[in-house]
Amino acid sequence: MQLSMWTYEGPPHIGAMRVATAMRGLHYVLHAPQGDTYADLLFTMIERAPTRPPVSYTSFQARDLGGDTAELFKDAVRVAYARFRPEAMLVGASCTAELLQDDPGGLARTLGLPVPVVGVELPAYQKKENWGAAETFYRLVRGFAAARVPPPGTVRARNAVPSCNILGPTALGFRHRDDLAEIRRLLARLGIEVRVVAPLGARPGDLARLGEADFNVVLYPEIAETAAGWLQRAFGQPCTKTVPIGVGATRDFIAEVAGLAGITDIASDIDEQCRLSWYARSVDSTYLTGKRVFIFADATHAIAAARVAADELGFRIVGLGTYSREQARAVREAAARHGVEALITDDYLEVEAAITAVQPELVLGTQMERHIAKRLGLACAVISAPAHVQDFPARTAPQMGFEGANVLFDAWVHPLMMGLEEHLLAMFRDDFEFGAAAAPSHLGAAVAAPVPAAPAWHEAATRELSKIPFFVRTKARRNAELYAIERGVGEVTVETLYEAKAHYAR
Amino acid sequence: MSPDGVAGCIEAPSPVAPARGQREVFCGLTGIVWLHRKMQDAFFLVVGSRTCAHLIQSAAGVMIFAEPRFATAIMDERDLAGLADAHDELDRVVAALLARRPQIRLLFLVGSCPSEVIKLDLSRAAQRLSRTHAPDVRVLAYSGSGIETTFTQGEDACLAAMVPGLAREDAQDALLVVGALPDIVEAQFARLFEALDIGPVRFLPPRASRELPGVGPGTRMLLAQPFLAETARLLQARGAMRIAAPFPFGAQGTSAWLRAAAASFGVADARVDAVIGPAHARAVAALARHREALSGKRIFFFPDSQLEIPLARFVARELGMIPVEIGTPYVHRAHMEPELALLPPDARVVEAGDVEAQLDRVRAARPDLTVCGLGLANPLEAEGLATKWSIELLFSPVHGYEQAADLAGLFARALARRAMLRV
Repeated sequence: MQLSMWTYEGPPHIGAMRVATAMRGLHYVLHAPQGDTYADLLFTMIERAPTRPPVSYTSFQARDLGGDTAELFKDAVRVAYARFRPEAMLVGASCTAELLQDDPGGLARTLGLPVPVVGVELPAYQKKENWGAAETFYRLVRGFAAARVPPPGTVRARNAVPSCNILGPTALGFRHRDDLAEIRRLLARLGIEVRVVAPLGARPGDLARLGEADFNVVLYPEIAETAAGWLQRAFGQPCTKTVPIGVGATRDFIAEVAGLAGITDIASDIDEQCRLSWYARSVDSTYLTGKRVFIFADATHAIAAARVAADELGFRIVGLGTYSREQARAVREAAARHGVEALITDDYLEVEAAITAVQPELVLGTQMERHIAKRLGLACAVISAPAHVQDFPARTAPQMGFEGANVLFDAWVHPLMMGLEEHLLAMFRDDFEFGAAAAPSHLGAAVAAPVPAAPAWHEAATRELSKIPFFVRTKARRNAELYAIERGVGEVTVETLYEAKAHYAR
Repeated sequence: MSPDGVAGCIEAPSPVAPARGQREVFCGLTGIVWLHRKMQDAFFLVVGSRTCAHLIQSAAGVMIFAEPRFATAIMDERDLAGLADAHDELDRVVAALLARRPQIRLLFLVGSCPSEVIKLDLSRAAQRLSRTHAPDVRVLAYSGSGIETTFTQGEDACLAAMVPGLAREDAQDALLVVGALPDIVEAQFARLFEALDIGPVRFLPPRASRELPGVGPGTRMLLAQPFLAETARLLQARGAMRIAAPFPFGAQGTSAWLRAAAASFGVADARVDAVIGPAHARAVAALARHREALSGKRIFFFPDSQLEIPLARFVARELGMIPVEIGTPYVHRAHMEPELALLPPDARVVEAGDVEAQLDRVRAARPDLTVCGLGLANPLEAEGLATKWSIELLFSPVHGYEQAADLAGLFARALARRAMLRV
């Protein structure tokens, strides 16, 4: 039993939902009690999906437990098939149904549905979201591509036009949508054809032809590594190891895919979009030198961020960690390269303690570290899942490729203070406007402008005012005073407060 | 019709029984999101899975601004395989928690789907832990599991868990208002009851566990929320008498609720009129603008919080809206009788049911406004239906006179925004 106040990753079936929701023509039936439908809002609210995730839940209740929950599950699969007519179905259980041991995969196969059914077992009491996504993706890839695995010893023939698949982007992924667009553009410039992108946008039939491409681009190892490993073993299909986050990693990525694709002639202006290199060298960036940065993210983004921070912005790494225990080793190695000890934890309070201890100038983290940084008054940029509504910006804002590097420059540098500004603050720290209590000077005195000749407040009214939420309290006070003056009321009472509220509601 | 606009009994619509199928609702754990804010020295420890932890942090879109007053004891394989005694593990987790948070006076162990399925006896654990940590901390248990509770039933289960421990109240004519209310609403009601000379008035849940009210044969209870079946049953078993009333939503609902209490306490009509008259009139005036915008609009409620019937009554009677379908997780006939009587007689009340069938009906009905959960709101908007997320009705002050226009505003804003946009 582990005490958890907040969790970076959801349970593994959420990972399965991210894969299923990314795909087209697939429907996931989840053996789960009614409350588990909360997961739908992750997609419809955080990602603003205009459709429900393609997931049906059995909604079993306590009274069903004595009866036949297996039959209930089979009914749900039948009904979901009839209603949604998917090209294939995915079936599984959430944490509670796992305890019932109904075997969703086996049950669904007995139904004789006219479409393929893939069962996926995700141990909810051991594993988490990213593992669930990886396992589900692997089961699907294997389920659909296995029939086309060549006999052992078959030599792969290279395609006339070099081609690859892109593996890893899912629904509810941190900037997956934009990374994908950026990497597609990069591969197109290299003359590499993209055969299948999966899971995002793939249909079950697309997974069956994954083996046709020359190699696989693994964008998000947390999600695609397992499937890519199987494709390598089954089809002799190599996969990329470099995650193209940052300028250096993007260059390495280009070299890696060029090698895999047999391309020797790379356009000299392949990096024409890249501004980070020059911006980082321009003199105004001098003030970035040695800024102390603390990094906490999923393993892929944490390791990549450390490289960008140290090599491309000239920051100093004072902390590096991850909540991805599966990839802890790689993060430990990266931390050692940067001369720090890795923090491997999924307890945000430990992360908070670590940040507090080192007092960095910049925190690169998840939305949770953003909150921690806010509390501690530190600059922060968000670099990793868990996804938040702000991580689906209206504009295109990749993390990967050259444009992604430009985005990183902006996103990490803007929260910091500019060089000269910093000097002025240091030189004239006694200026009253620099004090913590000073209101921003550009807002002038207007903010706090009291109502002229404001009437007195009755004690009970003051008490009542204090119960009004702080974000509307100022407005409530002002409205009440204006209303009292208008009516020639000498004293604001509780009644005046509510009379004013009703008056201004009109 | 009375001066407050509440007519006598009309033939009540009779609810349609639930259908099987997927239910798109939260489980009772969600109640923790508001209960932990209400009771400031209480802590809610869910004994469950990572799903439970993820649900609570996702359901309310809660980001934690400080160390929260709720947490999940996440069970792992060792607990399930019997390698670790779950009770020993729980004792260890609770001890660590209380050491870390010495200001906790009341600890709720909250059961979940997995803890119910493995039959982990949290009541027994609560008794044991209460003995261990007495007198500083009292430990209670309730279930917020999705296999037993729907959304707001979690609050019912939580309040019900407190009832056996309430002190015996010997005072005659004590009024107990039951249901978590925002502090400001509680203060408004307290003033009204005082002006009506009703009292002493106590609230359950209180803001601090040391202020727990007593209960006894002289207690009359007034439900402020429509989802408190079990709490009311237990309070009645302790001798409390329930005052039947509509719920205090809207000017009319609030007046009817207060009048029911006043009648029970024998307050003279003239006095009641004098006390509630100005506030009622003010609420009616504040509602006028919203009534103009909403009158004649058709509204469809997905089953969610059990607030649906009182809200449908409010929007129908005070805003002139037309309820097309009133879905609700469960209809408590006795508690809802005064509300059902005030609904338009042709209103269709549907208990729980299959979300796919509800979606078919809402698409066929194409109402002007659909009240639904967060999972459905954007998809329905994308289909061209205006929606109001139901969870906001729980998370904002909506009871009483002074909030009547705010409540109407929640419905009106969804439509006003659509009318404004030119994109």
